[in-house]
Amino acid sequence: MDLNKNDLIIRVGGEGGEGVISVGDFITQACARVGLDVYTFKTFPAEIKGGYAMYQVRASTEPVYNHGDTFDVLCAFNGEAYEMNKARLKPGHALVYDCPGDFEPDIPEGVHAYPIPMTQTAKELNNVRAKNMVAMGALSVLFNIPEASLREVIETKFTRRGDAVVQGNLKAFERGQELARALKKTDSWAIGTPKADAKRDVIVMSGNNAIGLGALIAGLEFFSAYPITPATEVAIYVAKHLPKRGGTLIQAEDEIASISQVLGAAYAGKKSMTSTSGPGLSLMSEMLGMSFMSETPCVVVDVQRGGPSTGLPTKHEQSDLFLAIHGGHGDCGRIVLSVENVHDCIGLTVTAFNLAEKYQCPVILLSDGSLAFSTQSVPYPNPDDYKIVNRERWDGKGEFKRYALTASGISPMVDPGTPGGMHIATGLEHNESGMPSYAGENHEIMQAKRFNKLKTVANDMPLAEVDGQGAADIGVIAWGSTIGVVREALQRLRAEGCKVKGFYPKLLHPLPVQQFEDFGAGCKRILLPEVNYLGQLAHFVRAETSLRPESYTICGGLPFTPEMIVKRVKEMLA
Amino acid sequence: MNAPIKLQERFHKVQLEPKDYRDGVASFWCPGCGHSGVLTSFLRSLSEIGVEPENLVSISGIGCSSRLPYFVKSYKMHTLHGRAGPVATGAQLARPDLAVVVTGGDGDGFSIGGGHMPHMARKNVNMTYILMDNHVYGLTKGQTSPTSHRIMKGSVTPFGAVEEPLDPIMYMLTYGATFVGQAFAGNVKLASQLIKEGMEHKGFSFINLLSHCPTYNEIDTAKVFKSACETLDVGHDVTDVSIAMQVVQKAKQEGRIPTGLLYKVERPTLDERMAELVTRVGGHKDYDLRKVIDLSRP
Repeated sequence: MDLNKNDLIIRVGGEGGEGVISVGDFITQACARVGLDVYTFKTFPAEIKGGYAMYQVRASTEPVYNHGDTFDVLCAFNGEAYEMNKARLKPGHALVYDCPGDFEPDIPEGVHAYPIPMTQTAKELNNVRAKNMVAMGALSVLFNIPEASLREVIETKFTRRGDAVVQGNLKAFERGQELARALKKTDSWAIGTPKADAKRDVIVMSGNNAIGLGALIAGLEFFSAYPITPATEVAIYVAKHLPKRGGTLIQAEDEIASISQVLGAAYAGKKSMTSTSGPGLSLMSEMLGMSFMSETPCVVVDVQRGGPSTGLPTKHEQSDLFLAIHGGHGDCGRIVLSVENVHDCIGLTVTAFNLAEKYQCPVILLSDGSLAFSTQSVPYPNPDDYKIVNRERWDGKGEFKRYALTASGISPMVDPGTPGGMHIATGLEHNESGMPSYAGENHEIMQAKRFNKLKTVANDMPLAEVDGQGAADIGVIAWGSTIGVVREALQRLRAEGCKVKGFYPKLLHPLPVQQFEDFGAGCKRILLPEVNYLGQLAHFVRAETSLRPESYTICGGLPFTPEMIVKRVKEMLA
Repeated sequence: MNAPIKLQERFHKVQLEPKDYRDGVASFWCPGCGHSGVLTSFLRSLSEIGVEPENLVSISGIGCSSRLPYFVKSYKMHTLHGRAGPVATGAQLARPDLAVVVTGGDGDGFSIGGGHMPHMARKNVNMTYILMDNHVYGLTKGQTSPTSHRIMKGSVTPFGAVEEPLDPIMYMLTYGATFVGQAFAGNVKLASQLIKEGMEHKGFSFINLLSHCPTYNEIDTAKVFKSACETLDVGHDVTDVSIAMQVVQKAKQEGRIPTGLLYKVERPTLDERMAELVTRVGGHKDYDLRKVIDLSRP
């Protein structure tokens, strides 16, 4: 049985537009309200209308770090949803399905089946759109999803559409409950009761929205957007809220224009960013070089998707690390961070701005496709709790040299409009004043200046987390949302007596080499799972440290599951 | 809270000579280059506008012409090939109170940067774009540009260009620029007058300055430009885009180049629309973020 007692995973599947996503959202909100930890996972159809949509909610009385191995309960709105998931139905699982519907399931041995007339009931109520509420009512009774909380969520969400809509949905929900009560529960799945000290002061957000929020907290003033899956929601969130803070978001004609506008606004003194996915980051590479060369701060969020080229636009992958770290011509420095979860999406976005402002260079924040749309409950973020860094500005004394050689390599900036501070920001190699200089000696001095300042970046971040103590037979290094999967895998392995440790860096470039060495020294062998073909982080770890991680790579469009990591570690131990 | 300073309030603040706007850096252009006329015109218009140098932001891309900001006393950015426009758009939106001027060549603006041109025009970004149009790539030593004549022999087109040139003026009229003018770079009087009016214009002003390249363009010499240029009729209606287009097309058929102010209308600028949006939502710098965060409570 799972370590996480009272840990339940419900998967709802159906036709896009049938309200699958709403059911998932409502259950998530209701669980978060009562203090359960939630972590969701969804897939969207590539089509605008129709196609298979899936929403999986994991709710637990214990902290959850990932979407889980598989589901415990499947709720199938139609035949396609059943067919897509049938192979994963194992003895002990519960199946809730539309009956009579467009399919008659051949229920696998040992699966607990609950037929619910979802479509038929909605029709009887003259409210075909409330099919999902019938299903949700049934689920709430069968699996102990907090009923009062669900009712509140229904009322809150539909109140804008009028009382008739609220009542109609509540009625469908209640009918679903009655239908489920008439059935005999034979499985053992139920959502647990939250602990007395459960955190109820929470917000529920997707990774993309949380990045937008982090940017607002950091003091974002200018955002240039270009739509791309799966990053667009970052811009959507910011577009809604940035004007409230007096800031500006515009949609550019392409990603090159986006990053160009960001640099123009940053030069003019504003905290600026853009968000994109792999193809957009490719296009931005040249301007990232300009950012580094002219020491103009910028924050670029890359919500990674399957590549190369157009690749798998809606699928999960962690394959832009090479591009993020070394994309572009010439020796070009930058800072690369990666987020594990929604909580990080807020905090590390603030960090990204702080580092960009301090070091006057590009900062790339890597998220990924599954985190983009995963909603999670996180403690309420108090904006005052975050440390905010602003760029060092010229004090107006003496002669201003924009690229003055200083001990730290950081030269004060100045906002246009300031008397006495006029200078040129240029992509040409230049001297301390900014004037072009192609002298070999000058290029060596200025490259050293720009790279040396990045040597202290690791000091501005917390140490990378080490999960576990003492010597380990297997150490697992993970980055991005894979970290959450590894956390749970290691818990399970430890419960079985395995000596394992985890290492979870969030700063991926410049690589905190000593921290890797310290971790590696306590491990006999090292495993590095990542969702890409080439083993991109493993490549850098081998190149820059004495560690020799064994790569475990997958690129099937989905994240790892804890079970996959457990299995691989056991194979190594065998 | 003080009302934000408007760009127009920055004008006629100082009385400086054109030479006072000249940065100390020596020009690197060839002797006899038309770009020198552009620089002279630009400095003269700055003097007439009376903007303090620190309130001017001069931005360029890559090419011979894109070196111009080095020679002008101002805040400035020398950016990437083709990207001066969007960089300037970002700077302008960030600081609508500053005078933003882009200078660049025909290759920079209409070849590699061509994708950006329509958007500055249609969005009516409140800045001035001075095209230094010499119908050739000079910095890479003589290749045909998007405005080169079809017969031109470039180093990559030794048998002559095979494509028709595009017309920057027709392009800008089509995409909605709110100020469009044209002059021979050697006509400092007209060129400086157009730059001044363009900078004073509220909206996206585009000025095409025909600038001869004495080194790599034997076809479009100063003499050829000068004799083809013809000042617009006194009664030219600058508010009608179709008239402007007809004038340009007719002149082209007759081998003439119309010069002067072709088109000028007023409509809201991008930064004005952005400011309206902030006003509509009651936005301000100290807006309590908790109100935003509360929306994500379950």
